[in-house]
Amino acid sequence: MMNVFSFDVLSGVLRTMIALSTPFLYAALGETFSQLSGVVNLGVDGIMLLAGFFAFYAVFLTGNVWLGLLAAMIVGLIMGLIMSLVSVTLKAQQGISGIGLQMFGLGMSSLLFKVLVGTVKTVSGFAPVKIPLLGDIPFLGPILFNNNVLVYGGFLLVPISWWILEKTTLGLKIKAVGQNPAAADSVGINVNRIRYFSVCLGAVLAGVAGASLSISIANLFQDNLTAGQGFIAVALVYFGGWSPVGVLGGALLFSLANSAQLWLQVLGINVPASLAVMLPYLLTIVVLTVAVNRGKQPAALNKQFFRGEN
Amino acid sequence: MPMAFMLQRNKAAVKAPKKGDGFEFMLRTLVPFLGVFAALAISAVVLLMLKTNPIVAYSAMLQGAFGSISGLSQSLVKATPLLLVGLGVCIAFRASVINVGGEGQIILGSIAGTWMALSFPDLPSAILIPACMTVGFIAGAFWGFIPGLLKARFKVNEILSTIMLNAIALQFMNFLLQGPMMDPEGIKAGTFLAQSARLPESSWLARLIPRTQLHAGLYVALGFAVLVYIFLWRTTIGYQIRAVGLNPNASRYSGINVPFNQMLSLTIAGGLSGLAGVIEVMGVHRRILEGLTGGYGFTGIVAALLGSLHPLGIVPASVLFGGLLVGANTMQRAVQIPAALINAILGLIVLFVSGSALWIHNIIKKRKTAAVVLAPVKDAEQ
Repeated sequence: MMNVFSFDVLSGVLRTMIALSTPFLYAALGETFSQLSGVVNLGVDGIMLLAGFFAFYAVFLTGNVWLGLLAAMIVGLIMGLIMSLVSVTLKAQQGISGIGLQMFGLGMSSLLFKVLVGTVKTVSGFAPVKIPLLGDIPFLGPILFNNNVLVYGGFLLVPISWWILEKTTLGLKIKAVGQNPAAADSVGINVNRIRYFSVCLGAVLAGVAGASLSISIANLFQDNLTAGQGFIAVALVYFGGWSPVGVLGGALLFSLANSAQLWLQVLGINVPASLAVMLPYLLTIVVLTVAVNRGKQPAALNKQFFRGEN
Repeated sequence: MPMAFMLQRNKAAVKAPKKGDGFEFMLRTLVPFLGVFAALAISAVVLLMLKTNPIVAYSAMLQGAFGSISGLSQSLVKATPLLLVGLGVCIAFRASVINVGGEGQIILGSIAGTWMALSFPDLPSAILIPACMTVGFIAGAFWGFIPGLLKARFKVNEILSTIMLNAIALQFMNFLLQGPMMDPEGIKAGTFLAQSARLPESSWLARLIPRTQLHAGLYVALGFAVLVYIFLWRTTIGYQIRAVGLNPNASRYSGINVPFNQMLSLTIAGGLSGLAGVIEVMGVHRRILEGLTGGYGFTGIVAALLGSLHPLGIVPASVLFGGLLVGANTMQRAVQIPAALINAILGLIVLFVSGSALWIHNIIKKRKTAAVVLAPVKDAEQ
């Protein structure tokens, strides 16, 4: 048995943590846009599953990872349009429509997987790209600068999201619509259009999150591949206080828990597997309970907007 | 006022105190069922793309679900837990909380009930069965109380917390079945199956039709449908729960404790799901095994929505979905389309039902406004 506290194990845990944080980053940053505009999209997990399947299937057929990514983004966009149609235009209660989207994604991905693929098969997903010079830094180099494009993209998305939300008119409009849709409407902002945009952007990113599971981390697809990670991503938005940097912290915390849990099993430490797997879910509940940023919650979160009524 | 929950934030929803007329009932009942047909139609397109004849697939489904005594009784077996879960979802929904924790609550209920039956095998059935049901109810209620408390005290989103509690309960069950609760027979025989010991015969629920699994739990579930109706419409607590759902602000001003009622409704919802779990164990499997929940925790939500969140509407909706679940297996054998199709159909139904709620509401509101405008004219004529 390896020494638990050795340098190699620490490096392995951190490397796994970086890889595992990618789906959380994409999904939770996307959900941040959606929630800042006032729409809770609880269908993230379903989007990740269906998009993850199509990403896998495209790579399975063509061998081209970029086509896989494109497929995932298109599926995400379509599911985002469905969510917007039901929740924004038809003004359904968001919790329910999100669960509907989740059930649809879960069922459809499982159905297509069983019919079109059948058994678990692996594909070669995104390969690691070593960044010159930086990748040679001892210890940190292999952890931070020897990952694949999707991983780099996930981390780049943090400053990009921050910039959009804090420094652009679009970001201001998104937040205005989520804080006070009636006021935003009165100054000529099209509330529904901004919400459609935010939900769809979030859904496309959820699609990328699904692809990062199926063609970057696992390089395979199976029933319920996400195991609820989409829901954890939604929880991370609350934890991160609706800020991209907060979401980054949450994503790293969760992937550390996941990575430590995996490495505990790899190292053969005597913890019942089922109790170890329980850990991230338990952590989510704790995190939701102690999330201190509740004051930053968009005032119109989870509320339908009726023009001229409220 | 079924469906008004969907719009609890729309003040107009509360202004209609009159009981619905026939047209309103038709609209509120039929439109959700149109959603079922629309979902089936969309799925038919998917089936065509997968080179399967949807008519063959759906008729296999229908035949399997309701075409024979054994199919029909199996549909009712599956309707039983759906009804109980759906009733719980209905109570929670009436207080505008969404209980997605059915799966975890079913697991907790089944574990507690199994523990009771295995610990006191010598008790007579007349005592043991109600005792098992009670501890199952309490365990499920505890699993519903946690998200209720978290919501009331810390404003934690109950959908997220219940989904996490589902995952925790599932892992807890896996832990018990692979360790402390593993069947001693399996350990002795060296099979190490992840299942509990067989329940003592004194805890088995009576089978209603020979050579089928249809068991007396169906009566219990139907009894609870009536009880929940009485609870919601004939008791003060039930009234408060509904008031909280219709207009939380007005309820608060009139002195109703909104967080407490939401916590209470989630606790009762958990209890009913727990009861579904213990009944499933005592009536069908007679032990805990993997996959016990069968997705009832989620399908029960859809049954509640389709039943217009009315206890007596959930009864036929549960039978319909019980049938869909049974029929899906028949379809899988007949045309090799995985039963997972049902989940996709359920999701589409939820999207349709939630998407049409406002539309139905607006039509009804328009009719009521028209009635109010006409009323004084009538008075003047008299």
